[in-house]
Amino acid sequence: MQYIPNILFVAILIVGIGYFAKNIGKLRRNILLGKDTEVSDDKPTRWRNMLRIAFGQSKMVVRPVAGLLHVIVYVGFIIINIEVLEIVIDGIFGTHRIFEGLGPVYDFLIASFEILALLVIIAVIAFWVRRNIIKLQRFLKPEMKGWPKKDGNLILYIELVLMLLFLTMNAADFRLQQLGAEHYVQAGSFPVSQYISNWFTGMDISSLILLERTAWWLHIVGILFFLNYLYFSKHLHILLAFPNTFYGKLGPKGKFQNLEAVTKEVKLMLDPNADPFAAPADTGDVPSKFGASDVMDLSWVQLLNAYTCTECGRCTSECPANQTGKKLSPRKIMMDTRDRLEEVGKILDANKGEFKEDGKQLLDDYITREELWACTSCNACVEACPVSIDPLSIIMDMRQYLVMEQSAAPSDLNNMMGNIENNGAPWPFNQMDRLNWSTES
Amino acid sequence: MADTLKVPTMAEMFAAGEKPEVLFWVGCAGSFDDRAKKITKAFVKILNKANISFAVLGTEESCTGDPAKRAGNEFLFQMQAVTNIEVMNAYEIKKIVTTCPHCFNTIKNEYPGLGGTYEVVHHTQFLKQLLEEGRITMEGGTFKGKRITFHDPCYLGRANGVYEAPRELIRKLDAELVEMKSCKQRGLCCGAGGAQMFKEPEKGNKDVNIERTEQALETTPHIIAAGCPFCNTMMTDGVKNKEKEGEIAVMDIAELIAKAEDL
Ligand code: HEM
Ligand code: SF4
Ligand code: SF4
Repeated sequence: MQYIPNILFVAILIVGIGYFAKNIGKLRRNILLGKDTEVSDDKPTRWRNMLRIAFGQSKMVVRPVAGLLHVIVYVGFIIINIEVLEIVIDGIFGTHRIFEGLGPVYDFLIASFEILALLVIIAVIAFWVRRNIIKLQRFLKPEMKGWPKKDGNLILYIELVLMLLFLTMNAADFRLQQLGAEHYVQAGSFPVSQYISNWFTGMDISSLILLERTAWWLHIVGILFFLNYLYFSKHLHILLAFPNTFYGKLGPKGKFQNLEAVTKEVKLMLDPNADPFAAPADTGDVPSKFGASDVMDLSWVQLLNAYTCTECGRCTSECPANQTGKKLSPRKIMMDTRDRLEEVGKILDANKGEFKEDGKQLLDDYITREELWACTSCNACVEACPVSIDPLSIIMDMRQYLVMEQSAAPSDLNNMMGNIENNGAPWPFNQMDRLNWSTES
Repeated sequence: MADTLKVPTMAEMFAAGEKPEVLFWVGCAGSFDDRAKKITKAFVKILNKANISFAVLGTEESCTGDPAKRAGNEFLFQMQAVTNIEVMNAYEIKKIVTTCPHCFNTIKNEYPGLGGTYEVVHHTQFLKQLLEEGRITMEGGTFKGKRITFHDPCYLGRANGVYEAPRELIRKLDAELVEMKSCKQRGLCCGAGGAQMFKEPEKGNKDVNIERTEQALETTPHIIAAGCPFCNTMMTDGVKNKEKEGEIAVMDIAELIAKAEDL
């Protein structure tokens, strides 16, 4: 009988971690639906970027208020999770405060967890106020209606509840220690929860134990719930921000990839020695399709980008098209990509891992042409993103599909391209007049 | 106005067995657009005065392919790129200077993968270097005390991290450099990039160039300085739209320097 809590705990732990692992497997599978891309270069710079941007939060603090609040939540959460280690060991072995032997170090640790928990509570409330009372512009764009808005608030509620449970647990424990209750060793220092414990002065030992145990169980169950919530939420960023900043674009932002398959064709066409009537070169790796009309046409890094997006809207608030009322929102590009990828994942789940056409695609069903053509390729979104996401690359890949597969550019652009083809300039001027400026007065 | 421009072509130089220090890539706007041609000429005047050995490709130059690539036509882009690279490699070009950030970005970043590797500099970087080497001198008289705000071209700034060269030059003119509320890394686009220059904007509540012009006007400048022929057009239109063209000039950095030198 006495082992029932331990068994129950282990069972919950296995289910919680097992379900999470299953979803991580799905996440991996979905991301790898993307095309291969070359990201094995310059590892030192990649590590440095990850350390600086994700670990060091360097781009978060470009917006000082949000940045500072986030640093608190981030540091708080990571450090408080050391406590989760103790909770897990206690839960499995039926011990209580197993690290208590660390003495003053333990006191210091518990004290700092408590202070951080308090700071996290303050930061989370501030985040909530920014979303719901101040109503910051960037949280209110059309793509944030419905689930994304709920998700944003839910995360804050969960974090708030977890921190409150942690402090309640400590407060009850502190009181029990004072009362000399059996099993509750004198350990830890409680700079925050000692004040909460004042509210419990009238309670007897058994109700205090009930309170302490309830908070303890709810806290750990809450953490496991939160872990499993990640996959369905923009909160996935707390894990993916790290690989995503590692694989983020290196080199100048203005450098777009050249399509290799096109290079071969072009070189062949311009080669005076090539036989124009020869069968199309058996280059072998000519892609079945240029550009992207669905998520499988994107690279796996672009798909990782989509799962990493925090929906913070920093990109959208810097976007010149969005600022001037156009439909384009780089955040929506990322959210659409993730939504479509999830949809494709569900089709795979339903068909034993095989993809069956569902009559839908990323283009038109999610991202409209009007959005794609509004982009000025200014890189403001890429610069703004605190987790190294590149919405512009998806826009460009989709334009490539529209133009190279569908010849569906706006007519003005077709004129421009016709001019380049015929006269080597985007306007209808003769190439032979290119130097006329030097003699005009 | 100074006397006629000396604009040698690569073909002429090659025939004479000479090699210029640098190729001046003029670009389509710089060759054909009436406003941009003035920038081209101003830059050439500075080069002429400093006796810089340069040449242009002239009729052998063709669009870099930037607008085609950004519109999604990779094939047309690479046709242009490979053709241009063949011409430049045949002349054994080592160094290129250009007044257009789009040409700058494309040749510097996207040509190497196609066989064209050169040292590419924007004209503001080139002029700054000449100044440091003492090959040109600048006197601030003309612009002393004038408020000048600099609009960062996306393809110079964010795309390639060049923020300081143009600003250095403005400071050297003794002008008062005033920054807009979004500048450098966070500079707002003029609205022309990504092939937008060649099409009507999508439906919205404002044009991008108007938004940017309003930001520029907030600094109450005498002059809005630009470093890109397309930005120049967009900002000039913006200033006209606000009926401020009488008071506020939109000028390229090269034009500022040429004017200061009375060229
Ligand atoms: C590992 C623990 C982390 C936790 C607990 C955490 C927690 C949070 C929370 C609660 C929010 C929502 C804030 C709001 O309501 O506006 C948030 C947003 C965000 N987080 Fe994290 N985060 C973590 C890691 C990271 C990392 C490593 C990065 C990478 C730089 C990051 C980047 C962001 C961004 C960009 C937002 C959007 C909010 C904004 O811009 O204001 N987070 N995070
Ligand atoms: S690159 Fe395109 S999507 Fe990104 S900010 Fe500029 S205009 Fe907006
Ligand atoms: S792409 Fe980056 S900047 Fe934009 S919403 Fe997502 S995380 Fe924020």
